[in-house]
Amino acid sequence: MRFSYALPEFLVERDLERCIRCKVCVRQCAFEAHCYDEETDTVSVDSSKCVGCLRCVTMCPTSALIVRQNPTSFKENASWTGRAIKDIFKQAETGGVLLTGMGNDRPYPIYWDHILLNASQVTNPSIDPLREPMELKTYLGSKPDRLDIKKENGKLTLKTRLAPQLELRMPVMFSALSYGAISLNASKALASAAKEFGTYCNTGEGGLHRDLFQYADRTIVQCASGRFGVYRDYLQAGAAIEIKIGQGAKPGIGGHLPGEKVSEEVSKTRMIPVGTDALSPAPHHDIYSIEDLRQLIYALKEATRYEKPVSVKIAAVHNAAAIASGMVRAGADIIALDGLRGSTGAAPTRIRNNVGIPIELAIASVDRRLREEGIRQRASLVAAGGFRNSADVVKAIALGADAVYIGTSALVAMGCHVCQICYTGKCNWGIATQDPYLEKRLNPEIAKERLLNLLRAWEHEIKEMLGGMGINAIESLRGNRLHLRGVGLSDTDLDILGILPAGR
Amino acid sequence: MKRVYAKEEICAGCRLCEVWCVVAHSKSGDIVKAFNSEFPRPLPRVMVEEAGPFSFALQCRHCMEPPCIEACMTGAMFRDGAEGPVLHDPEQCVGCWMCVMVCPYGAIARDVTIKKIASKCDLCQGEEEPSCVAHCPNEALVFEDRG
Amino acid sequence: MKYVIIGNSAAAVGCVEGIRKYDSDGEILLVSKEPYATYSRPLISYYLAGQVDARHMGYRPASFYKTHRVTTLLGSEAVGLDTKDKSVRLSDGRTVAYDKLLIATGGVPFVPPIEGSDAEGVMTFTTWDDAKRLKRLVPRLKKVVILGGGLIGIKAMEGLQAHGTDITVVELMDRILGLVLDKTATSFLERKLKEEGVHLVKETTIKKIHKDNAGRAVGVTLENGRELATDQVIIAIGVRPNIGLVKDSPVETNRGIVVDYFMRTSEADVYAAGDVAEADDILHHEPRVIPILPNAYKQGKVAGSSMTGNEIEYPGGMVMNSVEVGGIPAISAGIMNPPDDEGYEVKRLIDRKNGVYRKMVIRDNRLVGFILIGAIDRAGIYTGLIREGVNISPFKNHLTDLDFGVICFPKDLRTYKISNVYM
Repeated sequence: MRFSYALPEFLVERDLERCIRCKVCVRQCAFEAHCYDEETDTVSVDSSKCVGCLRCVTMCPTSALIVRQNPTSFKENASWTGRAIKDIFKQAETGGVLLTGMGNDRPYPIYWDHILLNASQVTNPSIDPLREPMELKTYLGSKPDRLDIKKENGKLTLKTRLAPQLELRMPVMFSALSYGAISLNASKALASAAKEFGTYCNTGEGGLHRDLFQYADRTIVQCASGRFGVYRDYLQAGAAIEIKIGQGAKPGIGGHLPGEKVSEEVSKTRMIPVGTDALSPAPHHDIYSIEDLRQLIYALKEATRYEKPVSVKIAAVHNAAAIASGMVRAGADIIALDGLRGSTGAAPTRIRNNVGIPIELAIASVDRRLREEGIRQRASLVAAGGFRNSADVVKAIALGADAVYIGTSALVAMGCHVCQICYTGKCNWGIATQDPYLEKRLNPEIAKERLLNLLRAWEHEIKEMLGGMGINAIESLRGNRLHLRGVGLSDTDLDILGILPAGR
Repeated sequence: MKRVYAKEEICAGCRLCEVWCVVAHSKSGDIVKAFNSEFPRPLPRVMVEEAGPFSFALQCRHCMEPPCIEACMTGAMFRDGAEGPVLHDPEQCVGCWMCVMVCPYGAIARDVTIKKIASKCDLCQGEEEPSCVAHCPNEALVFEDRG
Repeated sequence: MKYVIIGNSAAAVGCVEGIRKYDSDGEILLVSKEPYATYSRPLISYYLAGQVDARHMGYRPASFYKTHRVTTLLGSEAVGLDTKDKSVRLSDGRTVAYDKLLIATGGVPFVPPIEGSDAEGVMTFTTWDDAKRLKRLVPRLKKVVILGGGLIGIKAMEGLQAHGTDITVVELMDRILGLVLDKTATSFLERKLKEEGVHLVKETTIKKIHKDNAGRAVGVTLENGRELATDQVIIAIGVRPNIGLVKDSPVETNRGIVVDYFMRTSEADVYAAGDVAEADDILHHEPRVIPILPNAYKQGKVAGSSMTGNEIEYPGGMVMNSVEVGGIPAISAGIMNPPDDEGYEVKRLIDRKNGVYRKMVIRDNRLVGFILIGAIDRAGIYTGLIREGVNISPFKNHLTDLDFGVICFPKDLRTYKISNVYM
């Protein structure tokens, strides 16, 4: 179909008095929205090609460009929104499943914005983190039910053999962002920042590129349904192994890396042919039950001599609590829950926008269920999917999570503008691309510094919030829902979250 | 001495170094004026070389034994002090292109806007950091002393 | 230490700078036949054309001798050399003693035996004085015949063109600039010269110069029988090493003064550099006289360093020239006209519409020569490739590309190039 009925999403405007025809915009737009005409010495723009990534606006040395929402709109109504009409046009023109990138962008309630933190006043002194020690250190892994301590010659020694633990400087890790979905430079930035800061990054199902082995002791290596890049050295190199059952952005379906992104290096790392779509099966074909899961968990533990924690990651779905209980009983050291707003490099739009449950409710219900069953200590709980700031993290810990994974926040720190076109492989910021022309736009050194700055800033903020609550260790906040109050929530929501309404 | 070095791996090929070089050597120092109203407009003294996905910016290397100074027939090309940059006196230059003939980096351009004259990097004399380095959005240019 | 330098051009200046790099105390005496502070010899055609005034003729600033602490004897010719006594005899009868001597006497124009060449109105064109004389004469000159279409002849022609003089260039070869360009390259330039009204008479030479009763040149007869009327004849066939000074000394000469890699002659403490010297040619692997300014300066600098005891090896020279004819720039270097049969490979790009010609001469996967017409930018990259003997096979097919650059080099080489400093 030559002619599309879809309206351009954005309008690009150029201030001709300020434009110096330097063509930076022309060179920097992978979607070819800008075009230079030598004959007239002018740069023109085709707004229909604009994806709203703002690369041109940021790079333009004279600030001559403005990108805004196209003011022309369809004749919308409450039911037939412009987006609904546009989606129909697209499908009528292509006959295909609509694809998208990044996390769910629909207006579901974001519970973080309806939960408020407490602070000490008079009766319990608040703490100034700049003057007093404040501990954010977090250990992830199975904790023993009880500790056996032996006393010999007046010396105490621990008799209980502790399960392997991950040590985090702060309860924030980088989510599973596969090399393939993101560029090698982006992967390097994440891995080096995790190592330097003292937290962990996660390979996703992208395997571990040979240049990233140097950061492996701060890398959680994933074993997903496609088993891409999984081999002995990979498993043994990682700090922990994560079995990926599901992903918040696309529960129920497997990962999908478009062939355009399977470059020579991605092919080597994932151990698949160049240019072929990397399609992970929807289920692990060797896991049809909790018992099967237990087999894989223990196979991996055996393969790594019980030296590494094994995590199991699922998408937060309706019966997440029951599944989590099974996972703990199957031997998982870490339960990772990925919520409705979890991000992705590529997912069918309908799946991303309509499947799963919000991470806030999932944390609360899983934590409660595991407590009720008396097995909460046997696994750490890591939450993922839509953590935008340090307050979200603090609220998640208070709801019962041990730590969180951040994906989009980390990408945004590196320069992602959340334009949601990752699935095209043409990320103008050099992040979600394998195009050698685009990927060098991300300087891994700069990106690493930006990530470190973000982590340091959040660390400081978390300490401030803890101090305000009169708490000097993150341990003391974990599952401490009394520090939370809900506002504008229904009784049912409050009940599930296990928190009181504000004012009570 | 301090020189400008390019990092090919992270050069985004945006050519902002060329743009800001022009601004740095313009009369007004104002980017819009430099391009839209001033005449003559200086040539960029840094050049981005590009082939496929590869690119890097290149300018005068300020060689220890500069072939351009050896070849300059008018004495227009000179070294500013024993350890200084290789500079060029436009008054003395006649545009014979002997320097163009010998520069192994191809870093000297021909400016024929008004009179024939060689055009080359002066490391933005007097500035702490050359303009190309200061404005590289990806820090693909560094100004450092590697001996 | 007393350094004596005979000569005052590029080699002499290079020598002064070479000495002062290492020896700030030694006494330097510079003797020059010409009465001027060092000036740029190639600028004489610009001077003639009125493009450069006397103020800008200097090859170095006026303060040069002072800042480099050089005593000058300008207008004195060195006429004799006693290597035993280590002294130089001057034309005024004085002798000067030296500890280290540099002979940088350059070249002298070659004037073939032509009947009538003693006429008034017959001159050569290699010095500022020549240019001054010609500039004085030019308002009265209607027709000028230049014998020789090489670099000197073409430069003289350019200088005269600015005055609207009717010029005929007589060239023995089948093309102008025969030694620095090839037939195709020359055709670009000759066409332009024709458009500009310059007469080219090729494959012949002057047989006889006719004089009037006052002994003034009024016309020439060519070997091919043609007669040309003229007011002035400029003999511009070429220069020969000016080795007169050492003729009666034991200093070994061939075409020029024979020197080693440190610019030492056969006699102790006597050095030679520039157009008078016969130094290594990197492409022919033998000593040759290459009378071009960059070589002269470099040799002078090497000689100066050697004279202070800091022996820096001369890297060798090669022919290279940059010339602009009728506004068309041309640069060439190395072997431009290779013999047909000796394993040379030639790559060409000819674009007559845009006035572009590029020729690359390759031997054993090494670039050994090139010609660029029109698009001459970044020519030095080719010169560098020749000088460094780089294996060009990975990018051979890109050599003539208009956007050929360092980016075309293999990754290792280009990374090395851009992250290291040359020499």
